[in-house]
Amino acid sequence: MTATTSPAAAPDTPSPLADVTRDEASLRRFLHGLPGVDQVGVEQRAAGLATRSIKKEAKRWAIDTAVSMVDLTTLEGADTRGKVRGLAAKAMRPDPERQDCPRVAAVCVYPDLVETAVEALAGSGVRVASVATGFPAGRTSREVKLADTRLAVEAGADEIDMVIDRGAFLEGRYRQVFDEIREIKAACGTAHLKVILETGELATYDNARRASWLALLAGGDFIKTSTGKVSPAATLPVTHVMLQAVHDWHERTGELRGVKPAGGIRTTKDAIKYLVAVHEVAGEQWLTPDLFRFGASSLLNDLLLQRRTQVDGHYSGPDYVTVD
Amino acid sequence: MSDRISVAKTYKLYLGGKFPRSESGRVYPVTDAKGAFLANAAHASRKDLRDAVSAARKAFPGWSSATAYNRGQVLYRVAEVMEGRRAQFATEVAACEGIAAKKAESIVDAAIDRWVWYAGWTDKIASVLGAANPVAGPYFSFTVPEPTGVVGVLAPQSSSLLGLVTVLAPVLASGSTAVLVSSAERPLPAITLSEVLATSDVPAGTANILTGHAAELGPWLASHADVNALDPTGATPADRVTLAQEAAGTVKRVLSVPDTEPDWTAEPDLSRLRRYLEAKTVWHPLGV
Amino acid sequence: MGIFDYAPAPESRALANLKEHYKPFINGQFVDGSGEPLKTINPATEETLAEVGTASVSDVDTAVKAARKAYTSVWSKMPGAERAKYLFRIARLIQERSRELAVLETLDNGKPIKESRDSDVPTAAAHFFYHAGWADKLGYAGYGPDPKPLGVAGQVIPWNFPLLMLAWKIAPALATGNTVVLKPAETTPLTALVFAEICQQAELPPGVVNILPGAGDIGASLVAHPDVDKIAFTGSTEVGKLIQRTVAGTRKKLTLELGGKAANIVFDDAPLDQAVEGIVNGIFFNQGHVCCAGSRLLVQESVAGEVLEKLRYRVSTLRVGDPLDKNTDLGAINSAEQLAKIRGLVESGDAEGAQRWTSPCPVPDRGFFFAPTVFSEVHQSMRIAREEIFGPVLSVLTFRTPDEAVAKANNTPYGLSAGIWSEKGSRILWTANQLRAGVVWANTFNRFDPAAPFGGYQESGFGREGGRTGLEGYLDV
Repeated sequence: MTATTSPAAAPDTPSPLADVTRDEASLRRFLHGLPGVDQVGVEQRAAGLATRSIKKEAKRWAIDTAVSMVDLTTLEGADTRGKVRGLAAKAMRPDPERQDCPRVAAVCVYPDLVETAVEALAGSGVRVASVATGFPAGRTSREVKLADTRLAVEAGADEIDMVIDRGAFLEGRYRQVFDEIREIKAACGTAHLKVILETGELATYDNARRASWLALLAGGDFIKTSTGKVSPAATLPVTHVMLQAVHDWHERTGELRGVKPAGGIRTTKDAIKYLVAVHEVAGEQWLTPDLFRFGASSLLNDLLLQRRTQVDGHYSGPDYVTVD
Repeated sequence: MSDRISVAKTYKLYLGGKFPRSESGRVYPVTDAKGAFLANAAHASRKDLRDAVSAARKAFPGWSSATAYNRGQVLYRVAEVMEGRRAQFATEVAACEGIAAKKAESIVDAAIDRWVWYAGWTDKIASVLGAANPVAGPYFSFTVPEPTGVVGVLAPQSSSLLGLVTVLAPVLASGSTAVLVSSAERPLPAITLSEVLATSDVPAGTANILTGHAAELGPWLASHADVNALDPTGATPADRVTLAQEAAGTVKRVLSVPDTEPDWTAEPDLSRLRRYLEAKTVWHPLGV
Repeated sequence: MGIFDYAPAPESRALANLKEHYKPFINGQFVDGSGEPLKTINPATEETLAEVGTASVSDVDTAVKAARKAYTSVWSKMPGAERAKYLFRIARLIQERSRELAVLETLDNGKPIKESRDSDVPTAAAHFFYHAGWADKLGYAGYGPDPKPLGVAGQVIPWNFPLLMLAWKIAPALATGNTVVLKPAETTPLTALVFAEICQQAELPPGVVNILPGAGDIGASLVAHPDVDKIAFTGSTEVGKLIQRTVAGTRKKLTLELGGKAANIVFDDAPLDQAVEGIVNGIFFNQGHVCCAGSRLLVQESVAGEVLEKLRYRVSTLRVGDPLDKNTDLGAINSAEQLAKIRGLVESGDAEGAQRWTSPCPVPDRGFFFAPTVFSEVHQSMRIAREEIFGPVLSVLTFRTPDEAVAKANNTPYGLSAGIWSEKGSRILWTANQLRAGVVWANTFNRFDPAAPFGGYQESGFGREGGRTGLEGYLDV
């Protein structure tokens, strides 16, 4: 990253875009000056790409890649340490009877269960991601959001999934949203930051594009579609818009940032459609857990069932995957 | 060897895509033209009507926003399934209306063809009734017909199938959803038609068919604030006046109907389709 | 070879039910044609698919007689509601046999299975479904209370959308009460002959539809036949002019749907990513073998660089290959002849100084293929800006203002279609108003619907197909 000469600009913003974040007015002009997204057009492109037929070796590769991209998630009021330990075991060994099955990318939990997850996953290579900043609604004070983040970071989280303030965004207070992301990023230390846009609440693709750019400007390592607590959660078209954003960001700045669709991705068929989108919209470079994740819980079992079908040569059944 | 005992059919309401009994638990006997017992039909109550309106309203966004082509396909499928049940319909119509088998068959054929006629209208209404408006200014102005919403229909008392189809099909063809009260004394073809609708890709709640009495249910339909239009065909001429007055309370679109049932075999005009459509006019400037 | 190769995903060729021999369809039967049989090939592999009997001039006469007899004794006497039910049957049969028809179309034409399956065949079925509903409602179409058909229609269609062009011709003709004799293109006769089987399955009265495979001479014979009341032609402007001359002074009604050189106009306030999709769709859909293709990109100068960069990236993801593979985006060029024409015009682009960019995608080594190509720095006076290439070759020109865009877009004897990309509604409507083109797509491209009339201005032809307007061509009004 090149250093900027403008003192008022965010120090992390690459210099071609430094002036853009100088103040509220500049930020608004930049975001509102981005090209619009035609709803019918983007939905048609997403539907067209979804007809790609991925077979044989390509399908096996896609299933294994998808498994390795899963952020295995539990975000329930009723989560216990036992539940988290069970999930961690599954994350490390998704298919106990198939040693060649890859492990998932991360386990994703609430901040007060990070300690349990870290202990359970120690030495496995599976990362610990934590939601933070008053997830899922994000309707609380800056201090509370920062404290929430520090709780997770100090307990050992490798990754933080924060939520943006949708109220502020919809009011047009972009600079406030930007500053909040930067502060959370600073509180992350070495942990990676995923910025949840909650695209279902932003409602339009234009907003999804603007929020994506806002999060990238503010230093988010990943942009994430949803909390999974609001419907609609991840969709193919909105993910297209976000993949286009990271692609364009890379063209502009040379930096690679990631995308994570979360919520509502339940089947292998769906997951493969997302991988095709990554491949053809962002580019081959993004086909790695370092730059693409699935926020999911039930998806993993369907991936495992389809993996068995590919390997064993016949359709599998739910008794052959674990419930954890 | 004794004659085989048939399995008698239970006739229930068609509401929200399902076949419930009346919430009131009431039934009434239906007889053929000679007075012989045919079946006990559900006697729909005002609460059934309330639930039907609710189901029709719930179905409206989906049905009205489907493409006209898709609606046409669904309605044509209804005709296909009706054709498959031609013999069953003919038996019921003959029994209900006290007519010979051959006449009943020709009525059923006409009903199926009537349904096909309406199926072919869905993707043409806009071309015939809509327009680009040549306004005096730098504007593009166009008018499109849009479905009005939930339509309440009192089906004819006498024509148990052909008349029924002629009053129901235009509601669905226009993109609106229907709550229909069948003929009181000749309700059975209406329920068989419901079975056809339920197996023809018609989304649940798009059409709701209640067997019962127009005199009892009519006023609740006419005064219901969530019903947009009313076809009072099945009411007596005197009752129609009262219903129209009730309907005025919510500015419903009320169809004008002749005092006595017309010859249902005649090809309809567009008056029913037009009654269930609202014209929306849009303006947009032209300029660089 | 990247990390995510999709692996071959071929649709099954066996679904096409290919026969060794196909025959002309006259008076409800498949009969031996007295013309020289032709061999139809798969342009992706150059292998022969089947032998097809063709019509001779005497067969044309037989077919017209059959169509006339069917018209006089059966079809013109039949109530519209009954005609409608035949057309509904045909629509449903096309839907039922859609997979077979799609695979066969791809084998015979070379277009990707994705397109024949998702676009050609469903739209063909839709045309029959839509027009079926008009058969008993002609009094509402705006041509008077009881408009009459013309009689026997002679129809000649091109090779680029064989089944779909057949549907565009036969559906309105039959719905309005005419009978037809149709000549499919020489290189793509097969789906028309399966359509004939569908007519038999629908129990369509003999003679109402007749299909005569053959070459240009058979088309000319049909056009010149004295007992044909109406001629409908879709094809090149060159042949269209010949037909118009032949028919001049006769009582025959004529409609023509000819070539185009459509301008796809991208303003600086366009939704850029979707505009790129629209540009790609506009010129690479169906390998650019489309009369209404957006073959000229007119991009506002201030965004030209950005658009071209996005465009090149996007075009390089297009997959050229086996048309039967479900992942193929661009299939084969329909014939060696057409490939030579494309190459010739591309050479002229080089010679006249345009900047060529061709996608680095892999291209099969046998069959007729051409990699997607974009010429920039193109000017109005170059051949590639004026002549229809009918292939996957885009010519890019720039403009400064809306007036200039309109002037350049209209500066052609053609006038079939145009595209406009902008997020500003008033600009779209103003531009649409100014363009001399029969079909204007705004923020989309290549959208076809039986309810929406299609046809051109000037040398792109006259008459419309689809909608209420499209009925006019087959009515005596």
